[in-house]
Amino acid sequence: MTETYSVAELTAYIRQLFDTDDQMQDVWVEGEVSNMTRAASGHLYFTLKDSRAQLKCVMWRSSAERQSYQPQNGDAIMVHGAISVYEQNGVYQLYADRIRPAGVGDLYLQFEQLKAKLDAEGLFDPQRKRPIPEYPRMIGVVTSADAAAFQDIQNVLRRRYPLARVILSPTLVQGQEAPAQIVAALKRLNEHTDCDVILLCRGGGSIEDLWAFNDENVARAVVASRIPVISGVGHETDFTIADFAADLRAPTPSAAAELATPDSTELRSTLAELTRTLDASAVYYLQQRHQRVADQVWSLRQVSPLAQIRNARQRIDDWTARLNAGQRARLRLLRERLAARSAALSGVSPTAILKRGYAIVSLSETGERIMSSQEAKPGLGVTVQLHDGEFKARVEDKDSHERYSRTLF
Amino acid sequence: MSDIQELSFETAFEELETIIERLDSGELPLDESVTLYERGRQLATRCQALLDEAELRVQKLLDDGTLAEL
Repeated sequence: MTETYSVAELTAYIRQLFDTDDQMQDVWVEGEVSNMTRAASGHLYFTLKDSRAQLKCVMWRSSAERQSYQPQNGDAIMVHGAISVYEQNGVYQLYADRIRPAGVGDLYLQFEQLKAKLDAEGLFDPQRKRPIPEYPRMIGVVTSADAAAFQDIQNVLRRRYPLARVILSPTLVQGQEAPAQIVAALKRLNEHTDCDVILLCRGGGSIEDLWAFNDENVARAVVASRIPVISGVGHETDFTIADFAADLRAPTPSAAAELATPDSTELRSTLAELTRTLDASAVYYLQQRHQRVADQVWSLRQVSPLAQIRNARQRIDDWTARLNAGQRARLRLLRERLAARSAALSGVSPTAILKRGYAIVSLSETGERIMSSQEAKPGLGVTVQLHDGEFKARVEDKDSHERYSRTLF
Repeated sequence: MSDIQELSFETAFEELETIIERLDSGELPLDESVTLYERGRQLATRCQALLDEAELRVQKLLDDGTLAEL
């Protein structure tokens, strides 16, 4: 009995047949677009068909975003990608990574070849790119005089930076004559004007419409320009050789005008800010000067004669105080010594002896002191001096000294 | 120093920035700083006037290198 598979097993097996086939993984298919659906997720779903067959196609958002050319229903296109199976629905489909309009395949080839060649020559080298001046006085514009792109540019410049002078160097921007005219227009601006920047522009159009900007001579003229060049060709997603050669690539002509100029609204506020800063700087300067003067005055005071005199006075006061203090101490010492001596002295003075009850007896007549009882004759007038005064007396009798002695001992 | 009324926006704007830097350095003599401040004010006025009065001038470069108004 032959082996039985589940649907999933069989489908996985079929899928694996495609996935391992090198030819199916790198294939170009040509056909007409139908049932084009752009999902909210950004993925593209469409059917590629010809008179005899159809092929379901998916292009994921990551690839769809890189597409400059957006295919429409009915377009004849060439799709590159890989064939695989969406197992859930059991369908095989082309997972597309590149779509180009049919018939311009050789243009793409040319584009890639020229880009690779100029890149190898270093024309796109970031080192070679020149800075775009911040405040352009004169802006050269290389585009068609009656194109909407030129109107857009003027509108942006009028709004953003009307200080600039605009010089249009008119040229055809599509057709066989265009490349040579663009080269000449760039050259004219370089030779006859002092433009600060050149805007090389063209509005949106088909890949063929924009082809003049993929011309080798145009690219070389952009690189050779003395004046820095901003390119703004087609729409956001269009990349031309001129874009790679330019000093700065803008997604559209309007964007090129914006990248070339400052915004005057911002300039006004910057200006107001600068004016405030200027005032603040002046105030700061003056404050600094004031501080310096104050510092000098202080230093001057320190070295003035007045200060020296003041210092000297201070020193005198100090010394005087110290002197006085010394003097007072010395006097106190002397006074204490004097008191001590006085006390010692008073112990032996006659007055002190008298206070203890002794008396001094002297002859009233002569004042001569009577030192011995022998001298005291009865009837003799004597003066008896006590500690608090004296009185007169007369000697009455005289006793012998011995009797006392006997009595006492 | 050149006449302020002759200056382009760019030149006036850049000089204004330079003046602020010099004032901030604080190394200038007083009279010079006063002069600089006054010039700075005039430059700001000049820039303002240039912005106010500016009207985009558009010309066309002819094949012979001459300019024509558009």
